[in-house]
Amino acid sequence: MGQRKRIQIALTHVALILLSVVFLLPLLWMLSTSLKPIGETLTTPPKWIPSEVMWSNYPDAINYNSKQLGYIPFLVYMRNTVVVTILCIVGSVTSNALVAYSFSRLRWAGRDAFFGLTVATMMIPFPVLMVPTFTLFRYLGWVGSFKPLWVPAFFASAFSIFLLRQFFRTIPMELSEAAKLDGCSEFRIFTDIIVPLAKPALMVVALFTFMGSWNDFLGPLIYLVDQNTFTLALGLSAYQTQHGGTPWNLLMAATLLVILPILIVFFFAQKLFIQGIATSGFK
Amino acid sequence: MKKDLRIGLLFAMPWILGFLIFLAYPVLASLYYSFTNFSILREPSYVGIDNYAELTSDTVFHQALINTLIYAVGAVPLSTVVAIGLAMLLNSKVKGMSYYRTIFFLPSLVPMVALGTLFLWIFNGDYGLLNEGIRAAGLEPPNWLGDPAWSKSTLMLISMWGCGQAMVIYLAGLQNVPVSLYEAADLDGAKLGRKIWNVTLPMLSPVILFNVVMGIIGALQVFAVPYVMFPGGAPARSTYFIASYLFDNAFQYQRMGYASAVGWVMFIITLLLTMLALKISDRHVHYETE
Repeated sequence: MGQRKRIQIALTHVALILLSVVFLLPLLWMLSTSLKPIGETLTTPPKWIPSEVMWSNYPDAINYNSKQLGYIPFLVYMRNTVVVTILCIVGSVTSNALVAYSFSRLRWAGRDAFFGLTVATMMIPFPVLMVPTFTLFRYLGWVGSFKPLWVPAFFASAFSIFLLRQFFRTIPMELSEAAKLDGCSEFRIFTDIIVPLAKPALMVVALFTFMGSWNDFLGPLIYLVDQNTFTLALGLSAYQTQHGGTPWNLLMAATLLVILPILIVFFFAQKLFIQGIATSGFK
Repeated sequence: MKKDLRIGLLFAMPWILGFLIFLAYPVLASLYYSFTNFSILREPSYVGIDNYAELTSDTVFHQALINTLIYAVGAVPLSTVVAIGLAMLLNSKVKGMSYYRTIFFLPSLVPMVALGTLFLWIFNGDYGLLNEGIRAAGLEPPNWLGDPAWSKSTLMLISMWGCGQAMVIYLAGLQNVPVSLYEAADLDGAKLGRKIWNVTLPMLSPVILFNVVMGIIGALQVFAVPYVMFPGGAPARSTYFIASYLFDNAFQYQRMGYASAVGWVMFIITLLLTMLALKISDRHVHYETE
């Protein structure tokens, strides 16, 4: 029995290592290509270690001047993305915390029915909402500005409400009741008791919002017109929609720079991330 | 009571407004627009069921619809199996589990556009890394990007690579399965396959249902990766999906009424498939009774 168990564990490790290679290879290829001189990007057989490590590809990618597309203002894209993302995080954390508080710790007629409806709205495909939302923002004169990308974040979202409500419910009601006896208003209870206790859950919402907004492609594609207002996700697609002569090493360097902030945040907040996702699967 | 309601609504106000402005209004408005002729340049004018009638004979729409269904039928089961498989391996209490978990999760952090760019490069028929590997193994590699018979498979494979999110949810589900059930199975002398089939999968079934439903909803909306990798749905429109057609009608051809009709058909298909998944699951999903 002992030996069989050991074989089983060894096999599991072999499977895990092989699969790790499959999952990591594309990312390692991206890293390797981003450090190659242009002449080595298309060699057969593929070359994993560049003959000369070209760190200069990174500054070159940031200052890329393409013949077909002109100057690509990478740093401007970066700034735009940061601005939109920060606004989205602020809006999403505050609005979702308030709403989840109402759904989990306040009692009012129709609350549970409305919550059920809220969860059901997660099934509505985004493209269905696209045309009227666009028409609305156009009527407001917001097309071409960042507003369509961040203003909705201030109005909560079903998924984040759901996630936060799960967490708020685990905080003992006695805490609120004691505070109420001391004469605290609901708003004080919210800001002074619940929010400090719910920090990990609020971080999870902030992380998801960060990812969603940093990676959003469709929103910027619809609403942003002028190249100087583009976000990274949209700007990146501009590097390579034109065929032929793509400078793969620079493109991969730029792509890596787009992913880098997400990877950094993930490594620092890995536990929260995993817990947050795990919670989202349970009702 | 009155005061409770007032405070409750006050706290919920951001979402009440958000629900009305960004969900209820657009859903109803798109239903109305779907019965009109409408563009940025032209006020909506009522045309009855013309848009829907046109959809029934629109061959491009039919192709987009079929492409989307094929993609969903391929991608959802594939990533479900891969995600559950990975989660089971991770749940086998081996050393270094958190490293493996991080590695499998990493790809799902990569933005869609970056994903598209990267895989355009890896799947390239002439000089892509994947085909170099296949050639090195002495096989004749397919033209992943240029052959209509392979382009959808390319997208399905890519979706598998990003199954980390589902994997984490499955892993949490697996960790909730009581050890006592496995011990009971061991006493009965059950083999590994039998334990998976009779203990693990039934206990995991509510989580599987959740992920499959979310997977279907996501697959029917597939847009960004094909948009970046296959401009115009090339080759031969084999990667042209419902969301691509909706986008083109709304923002390229200025046919917003028609686009809204496409959107509603998509919505109804989503509802039907979700209901189908729930119906099938009635018999197979095991909810723990307390």
